[in-house]
Amino acid sequence: MNRFLLPLGIFIVLVVLLAVGLNLNPREVPSPLVGKPAPDFSVPQLDAPDKVFSPKEMLGQVWLFNVWASWCVSCREEHPVLVEYAKAGKLPALVGLDYKDKREDGLRWIKHFGNPYQLSAFDADGRVGINYGVYGVPETYLIDKAGVIRFKQIGPITPEVLEKKILPMVQELNK
Amino acid sequence: MKALFALLTAALLALSVQAKEAAPLAEDPAVEQRMVNIAEELRCLVCQNESLAGSQADLAKDLRREVRGLIKEGKTDTEVKDFLVSRYGDFVLYRPQVKPTTYVLWAGPFVLLIIGIAVLVNYLRRRSQLVKDVPLSAEERQRAASLLKDVQS
Repeated sequence: MNRFLLPLGIFIVLVVLLAVGLNLNPREVPSPLVGKPAPDFSVPQLDAPDKVFSPKEMLGQVWLFNVWASWCVSCREEHPVLVEYAKAGKLPALVGLDYKDKREDGLRWIKHFGNPYQLSAFDADGRVGINYGVYGVPETYLIDKAGVIRFKQIGPITPEVLEKKILPMVQELNK
Repeated sequence: MKALFALLTAALLALSVQAKEAAPLAEDPAVEQRMVNIAEELRCLVCQNESLAGSQADLAKDLRREVRGLIKEGKTDTEVKDFLVSRYGDFVLYRPQVKPTTYVLWAGPFVLLIIGIAVLVNYLRRRSQLVKDVPLSAEERQRAASLLKDVQS
């Protein structure tokens, strides 16, 4: 009996390891930026090319920084959720970053699908995205009052993510 | 004959025009070479099994542009890699750095190898102890000799 116990044990450990490995999402790479100050930048706003936006303006409040683009398919899934929660007043300050987009396409998107953002910054050449380690739009950063990134959501925000992760964290950070 | 000549001239002309259309080489081959050397060591996060040098993803193109820029600014290879690691994490490196979180990764295979060798040596030793060298008695020797004789005859 003992003879089979050890191989069986090893087999079970292997199966558990493989099962865990299969269920990890390789697209979700932990960001080294969580816990670090949000990189500074200064780019024009989407709807007002003559005005610039810089994350410094948001110091002192908890806010969400949502990277989106009109060419991004998953953003279509995410956008209604943002619009709904923003309308209900449940979201903290929400700033968008229109990433590697054409201005007219971005504006048309906002007009067509609704605007949950207090403003959108416009990142034409993707440099801001690179500084934030964006590799798959949509991505969303939760930034605290001191300008430190506290959480990064890779992929679309769902009501589950909002209710279970982001909103509780916002409440905690607002204390 | 004239028609043929005209045709040939036209063909040659077309060829020379095509030759002029060949894509220009990179502005600075030295920078390009260094960029490729660095990018081959880095993972493209969009197509995770491709290197940054080989990927056609939009992000990879942008990152190659950034790497080129950094090289032109006179940054060393390590500084360029640190630039990307600080934004995208250790995952971009095909060759992970040696540090406390990666000790298991680097030492693990060797530890397993040593354990394997130890188990094997132990097993072989125990097995060799099971085989005892028992000399034949005089009687058995005789029987063996007679059996061999039977076979030969």
